[in-house]
Amino acid sequence: MTAVFHPGDRVRVIRTHPPGHRRTPYYIRGKVGEIERVCGAHPNPEELAYGFDGLPAKVLYRVRFRQKEVWESYAGPDSDTVDVDIYEHWLRPA
Amino acid sequence: MAADERGHDHDHDHDHDHEHPHDHDRTFQPDIEDAPPGRYELMTYAIRELLVEKGHLTGEEIRKAQEKIDSWEPSQGARIVARAWTDPEFKKRLLEDGNDAMAEYGIEPGGAKMTVVENTDKVQNVIVCTLCSCYPRAVLGLPPDWYRSKNYRSRVVIEPREVLKEFGTEVPDDMAVRVHDSLADLRYLVLPRRPEGTEGWSEEQLARIVTRDTMVGVANPDVDRAGS
Repeated sequence: MTAVFHPGDRVRVIRTHPPGHRRTPYYIRGKVGEIERVCGAHPNPEELAYGFDGLPAKVLYRVRFRQKEVWESYAGPDSDTVDVDIYEHWLRPA
Repeated sequence: MAADERGHDHDHDHDHDHEHPHDHDRTFQPDIEDAPPGRYELMTYAIRELLVEKGHLTGEEIRKAQEKIDSWEPSQGARIVARAWTDPEFKKRLLEDGNDAMAEYGIEPGGAKMTVVENTDKVQNVIVCTLCSCYPRAVLGLPPDWYRSKNYRSRVVIEPREVLKEFGTEVPDDMAVRVHDSLADLRYLVLPRRPEGTEGWSEEQLARIVTRDTMVGVANPDVDRAGS
């Protein structure tokens, strides 16, 4: 499976709130970050949770966000980041 | 015995059935089953019984699996960190592909992708799972209660420096704090910095200062611990 995004690409997490077993936490939805690395394709846990086979597998990324972009009132230095594992179907180019 | 006799100053040589009046507080240690079972606990029992009843698993297999999980402990991770500190080639492999490098130690993290993140003089890494309790169990064993607490899970992403300070770890402002929220198929392990003053130490000596918390990233190795 070919990854759509590559390390260094800016991506935005889609801001959507579907019901169900979702592995993308609310706090990161709608935020912009940078692909840190591509982590291969894995059966989709959002489908596996309901007894489906999770196929086709989805590409997983590690996306790095600046804390100051995630939390308006973040008190630490600019260099602080949070890395979140996010599946491709949650990401759009930013 | 007089009805107004207090306490336990009577003779204990006789057989007695403890039906005499007592007034000392009966403070029993609560049993773990004292609270009524929760919904998920009941579901777990029900599914377990069904699996056994239908012949998919035996009680013995379930027991063995639990025993195996309970045998995982942070000393596994410590051996790997100590090796990475002394063997640059191993460290390179470990950072590139955690599963591959850990397989050399017989560690099989199942479907999880072991991702090792390295602390440097510029970066302090710390791991969390804000959604549940994802944790590198195959190398650290079961997570401590605080790791699963809502307090830690919610606060370490918003104010990591304050949380680290509560653990006794002050990160200077010229170092970045990098929080890793493991949510899906990745499991993180922090590779702490090898402290000064450990030159010439054996892997075994080094492993002794690599504690669970240093591999979660809320603490850093303490050279003084080696003697303890």
